[in-house]
Amino acid sequence: MATKASRSAARLMMAPAVILLLGWMLVPLIMTLWFSFRTYLPLRGGDQGWTGFDNYVRFVSSSAFWPAVQTTLVIVLGVLVITVCLGILLAILLDQPMWGQGVVRILVIAPFFVMPTVSALVWKNMFMDPVNGLLAHLWRFFGADPISWLSDASLQSIIMIVSWQWLPFATLILLTAIQSLDSEQLEAAEMDGAPVLKRFAYIVLPHLSRAITIVILIQTIFLLAIFAEIFVTTGGAFGTRTLSYLIFQRVLESQNVGLGSAGGVYAIILANIVAIFLMRIVGKNLDN
Amino acid sequence: MGRIQLKSVTKSFGDIQVIPPLDLTIEDGEFTVFVGPSGCGKSTLLRLIAGLEDITTGTIEIDGNDATNLVPAKRGLAMVFQSYALYPHMSVRKNIAFPLKMAKMDPAEIDKRIEAAASVLNLTAYLDRRPGQLSGGQRQRVAIGRAIVREPAAFLFDEPLSNLDAALRVGMRLEISELHKRLATTMIYVTHDQVEAMTMADKIVVLQAGVIEQVGSPLELYQRPRNTFVAGFIGSPKMNLISGAEAQKHDAATIGIRPEHIDISESSGAWKGKIGVSEHLGSDTFFHVQCDVTDEPLTVRATGEVSFKYGSEVYLTPRPEHLHRFNEQGLRIE
Amino acid sequence: MARAVTPRRKLINTGLAWAIGLLIFFPILWTILTSFKTEAQAIASPPLFLGFDWTLENYGVVMERSNYARFLMNSIIIAGGSTVLGLIVAVPAAWSMAFVPSRRTKDILLWMLSTKMLPAVGVLYPIYLLFIQLGLLDSRAGLVIVMMLINLPIIVWMLYTYFREIPVEILEAARMDGATLKEEVLYILTPMAVPGIASTMLLNFILAWNEAFWTLNLTAVDAAPLTAFIASYSSPEGLFFAKLSAASTMAIAPILILGWFSQKQLVRGLTFGAVK
Repeated sequence: MATKASRSAARLMMAPAVILLLGWMLVPLIMTLWFSFRTYLPLRGGDQGWTGFDNYVRFVSSSAFWPAVQTTLVIVLGVLVITVCLGILLAILLDQPMWGQGVVRILVIAPFFVMPTVSALVWKNMFMDPVNGLLAHLWRFFGADPISWLSDASLQSIIMIVSWQWLPFATLILLTAIQSLDSEQLEAAEMDGAPVLKRFAYIVLPHLSRAITIVILIQTIFLLAIFAEIFVTTGGAFGTRTLSYLIFQRVLESQNVGLGSAGGVYAIILANIVAIFLMRIVGKNLDN
Repeated sequence: MGRIQLKSVTKSFGDIQVIPPLDLTIEDGEFTVFVGPSGCGKSTLLRLIAGLEDITTGTIEIDGNDATNLVPAKRGLAMVFQSYALYPHMSVRKNIAFPLKMAKMDPAEIDKRIEAAASVLNLTAYLDRRPGQLSGGQRQRVAIGRAIVREPAAFLFDEPLSNLDAALRVGMRLEISELHKRLATTMIYVTHDQVEAMTMADKIVVLQAGVIEQVGSPLELYQRPRNTFVAGFIGSPKMNLISGAEAQKHDAATIGIRPEHIDISESSGAWKGKIGVSEHLGSDTFFHVQCDVTDEPLTVRATGEVSFKYGSEVYLTPRPEHLHRFNEQGLRIE
Repeated sequence: MARAVTPRRKLINTGLAWAIGLLIFFPILWTILTSFKTEAQAIASPPLFLGFDWTLENYGVVMERSNYARFLMNSIIIAGGSTVLGLIVAVPAAWSMAFVPSRRTKDILLWMLSTKMLPAVGVLYPIYLLFIQLGLLDSRAGLVIVMMLINLPIIVWMLYTYFREIPVEILEAARMDGATLKEEVLYILTPMAVPGIASTMLLNFILAWNEAFWTLNLTAVDAAPLTAFIASYSSPEGLFFAKLSAASTMAIAPILILGWFSQKQLVRGLTFGAVK
């Protein structure tokens, strides 16, 4: 409800953001599409003309493709499951009355401030190093053989590092949501004779659904793009090559821009499938 | 000066027309009240005059100048909102000064006007407080202060008292009426409370579903409601409306009689009935009487303290000179 | 859910929460501790927790080896510049969406968010080429622009959710009081939204500070921020735990300190304005 004047002002004020993002999206996208149909090797002869769908076929039929898609999904889903589940438990714990709640909250959110390169390096060397890492010491203390985390349990290790980075975020959002739960609702359920677990399942969890959606949406956006954690720890070896990383290798390491671009188009399609799926859910939640 | 004229104004939101063609003139210096049930379009009408919404067709003139396409700021009107809409991050002084600053007025003149408005509204002691530190009544006064310093052509009030408690409301009602007497500026006041309308207005505009049902002085509306809607809406308690056989005796589809125009007696009268709930106010007593002439209980007012037992039989007699008659369309029959 | 509980229950809660809190914080604590050890102490077996000789030698070495001040400066300029620039573009857009919503507002907002889902690697080479063409490679200006663009959807989204909490009547009052659109946004909306804007700025500063794809791939020397500084400590220097720790501490300290000083805004900001 507004006047024509304010509506046209609104369009004008929205324009810079829309135009910038449209440019940011379209220009590289069109260039990527263009390259994906060409044989383009910057260090080996440059642009060598059209190849049709060759790059697309080659990218998919490469033995690295499906494992990369799988790795991507495993990492994203693994981190989502861990952070959401632990986040709910932690949020419930932090919501209980206790001494020093503020300090605990600072401790819990601290990992969010740590840049991915730092956390990857610290985890890789100081914790996961099979000789001098702290985890190796711990294993030896209990008489077990230290694990070569990043080569023998590479995917799990990466999921763990990334989960550590994102747990604070999930916890904080869920905690805020729990705190907004009307305690009278819980008391009413208690009066009605609902035991703790039922109260959680029928009152707390539905109340958290919107917060969980937000956690999933925002984390997915960032998780699909994780790069530094892999770049620093395994460099894509030991089955940790995500689709993003595979494309990165094709473009920068093998300097095959055409092939990498075709991969980019696949990644964009994958991201869009995820996006459409997520936006559906979030769109519904956006109104209330 | 503030003569406001609406000429065949309409307003649609999408395909829904909320205000069908409407003509209305508000004379300079008049206190006009828009009254009607919620959703009747009274607030929309006020916002059209303010310029916060575009009118779909028609014209609005302020002092003879076409203001249809002017932005709110250029119309020279001041508005007091239901929620007061004070700027929470500014002190009372800065709130009141804001419209003057926007008009790029000389700072000395701004100070002079703030002091004057503050003393009129008893706000001098609170000038350096934030709105959050004030009571509801004080916030209301700040909102009024912000409106009067501009010396606008007209004041627009959008249900300004609905957020106050009952006692405060009566006080503010008087203050606003006094303000109007002193400033003699056009005021347009929107309310759903017909008591506010009756006590404050020079002219009442009764609206329903975007249509003006009647325009007139409070007494005109009380004495000669143009139709059954106005008859039922103006006056408290509501006018008793009776249709059917009893109405036909008076050559009407519906007859109306106000509670204060019915005499009640234990021995004889026109309509026989049974006493239901009685409401004792001390100054008056209201009886709800179930009569044969209609299914709805009739409301009757007796002056002073009068007592009848619940369920006892009484006789009611309407005073014929106060009987209102309406035809099938609900329109008044003279 | 807060209500009276037995002291015993509270004690258990406290103990459990602190244990988990410390466990989550431990890698950071360990890094900070290790940065004050000598290299030998850093890899001592069993590990030394507090019983070591505190030394600042590692910090000296790190400072000597690389120009920390320049990396720090680049980080501040890139994160700060992109946040401010993003805010300038986003405030008007969020105003439009929050106060003059149309049928398409929701779609535009979701579309903006979805641009964040575009995989960066998919467009790395085109951006790289454009940067060469425009002479933006390894320049602070180029990084500021890229960071602004990748965070813009989040800034718009957050401001939109904060703005929606402001009653539209107050803006209408300003309009009636004769404020132009610019004055309305500058004198009324922005000051009223200060807490929300602060949270937004803080979160985006952190996101930009920690961003490690574009900063690693589009910078070399001149514009390289702390993410690149620390990446240079990946193997083989990574094996020198004490120096690695000192460098890590130096990279994260500014943000940790900033975060702790502005906890309230940050907690609000960390929820992306999405949960109240």
